[in-house]
Amino acid sequence: MHPTDEGTEVANTQGAGGSKISPGKAGAPALAVEHLTKRFGDRVAYSDVSFEIGYGEVFGFLGPNGAGKTTTVRTLGTLIAPTSGSAMVAGMRLSAANGPAIRQKISIMPESPGLYLRLTVEENLECFAGLYGLGGTKARIHEALEAVNLLERAKDLCGALSKGLRQRVALARALLNDPEVLFLDEPTSGLDPVAAREVHELITGMRERGVTIFLTTHRLEEAERLCDRVAILNTTLRMIGRPDELRKELFARTLDVRTKVPLADPGAVFSGLPGVEGWSDSGAAMYRLEVSDPEAAAPGVARALVRAEADVVSIAESRHTLEDVYLQLVGEEERAERK
Amino acid sequence: MSPSWTRIWAMSKKELRDYRRNRFVVVTMAVMPLVFTVAPMIQLFAIKVNAASSAFNARIGLALLYMLIIPAIVPSSLSAYSVVGEREQGTLEPVLITPIGSQEFLFGKALAAFLPTVAISYAVFGIFLAAARIFAQPVVASAIYSGSHIWVQLVFTPLLAGWSILVGIAISTRSADVRTAQQLSVLASLPPLVVVGLITFNVFHASVGITVALAVALLVIDRFGWRAVAAMFDRERLVTGGRS
Ligand SMILES: Nc1ncnc2c1ncn2[C@@H]1O[C@H](COP(=O)(O)OP(=O)(O)OP(=O)(O)O)[C@@H](O)[C@H]1O
Ligand SMILES: [Mg+2]
Repeated sequence: MHPTDEGTEVANTQGAGGSKISPGKAGAPALAVEHLTKRFGDRVAYSDVSFEIGYGEVFGFLGPNGAGKTTTVRTLGTLIAPTSGSAMVAGMRLSAANGPAIRQKISIMPESPGLYLRLTVEENLECFAGLYGLGGTKARIHEALEAVNLLERAKDLCGALSKGLRQRVALARALLNDPEVLFLDEPTSGLDPVAAREVHELITGMRERGVTIFLTTHRLEEAERLCDRVAILNTTLRMIGRPDELRKELFARTLDVRTKVPLADPGAVFSGLPGVEGWSDSGAAMYRLEVSDPEAAAPGVARALVRAEADVVSIAESRHTLEDVYLQLVGEEERAERK
Repeated sequence: MSPSWTRIWAMSKKELRDYRRNRFVVVTMAVMPLVFTVAPMIQLFAIKVNAASSAFNARIGLALLYMLIIPAIVPSSLSAYSVVGEREQGTLEPVLITPIGSQEFLFGKALAAFLPTVAISYAVFGIFLAAARIFAQPVVASAIYSGSHIWVQLVFTPLLAGWSILVGIAISTRSADVRTAQQLSVLASLPPLVVVGLITFNVFHASVGITVALAVALLVIDRFGWRAVAAMFDRERLVTGGRS
């Protein structure tokens, strides 16, 4: 991992999660990206991006619109050439000459499914099985359709399918060549919650089968639920690590205390408790305590409240979601840009 | 990577299936040959046997030329659609993510336009020959059957189709939209047709040598033009949508 050149204070690409890469075949990572940059003329799509992904990992790639996610996926999929930097994809160096060999081992589900609408589901998959030069086409198509629960729609024209079903056909198509690395570019964009949930289940299923997945998304709860590690990109890489680590890194850990009626003297109750580093009154009988370790501090806080004869409603570790992390990082930048 | 027939044929097969369900293509493929079967037939029966021999030859030349328009025009709109059409409907990116090579992709497209074109052209010509034998006056029929007419027709049909497809795909690869591509490639399909037309019309007395030279020239272009077209095929530009 390499820190980004324009790193802000919060940016720390050397997140602890970076060390937890499971070495795959021959000890090499599934994806290793070093100082990759892509410019379209004067416009920078992404800049100085570096990360590694181990085999079997589900990696979330987050960022606002125009952050460079799709461009990164296209670069790693050998569709476009990087302006500078280097990468290893599925054990091969990213280069024009290696293009066909890399494309044989990976697959990409692009942002829009791009199916042949006048062909049936089966015919679409048959075409792509052929394009991969695969044998045993019938069995593969069956398997791919089964994986996405679409067997009974095999004979339907793609033009007659709903958006969610088309997305699933695109996913089946991406599974045909048994990819070592599967890139999913916003696989749930525009899907209703039920359809999105189904796609999540499919991703979970693939993860259990050990497929390495590079998942691009705006949906933070999706990344949090599905991904082993996430990276936040906004032209440059802002952070990388496990979702819980990112939370820890960005936010002080706190305990939220609620009582039935406001405490007469909160300072007397909270000051000097072991593990409590500070406290603040967040109004309406709520208090926020800064702690180093919520689990160690909570029992002491409870006893102190009982001693003070306070009616405790709740003592809870405050939870920051990945969304908080994201908004903290990206939101600040966007606001700064607008000023 | 050596070219794979599995990949080429996968592309062609998909393309042929797509044609069959595309009303525009079906209509083009049906109406054009119909027009160009009827027109030469009219020429055939309008021929006056006692006309001056130059007029006589011109009639027969026109009838045969009509039928060479089919291999020139029919595939040009198909091949003009081939790359830019997929780009417009958003199906190009998924294809380009597969290991298919530029030449395989283009050749698969070309084959899909070539096969039906040649089949239709030969069928129309067969119908014309049969009609000439059965219905036309014996002098007319024997004039059609004599000399190099049949050979010229048989040889130039695939060669003209090859040219139109090559040029159509080249234009399609560089075009920003389907409409422009189709107009340009119909125009581009005409020059060799004109030359062949002059021969068919006996306008200049093409020796066997010139005719063969023309056929060989077209063959060489059809055969090696692919390198040039494949070199124009730039994945990055096609995917990111930049114009050339
Ligand atoms: N062909 C192109 N020519 C010029 N600029 C481009 C091109 N493709 C992308 N860009 C620019 O590169 C940047 C990154 O685009 P990209 O599509 O990778 O973003 P993204 O993160 O996928 O966004 P979204 O979430 O909207 O899909 C944007 O500023 C975009 O305008
Ligand atoms: Mg995108």
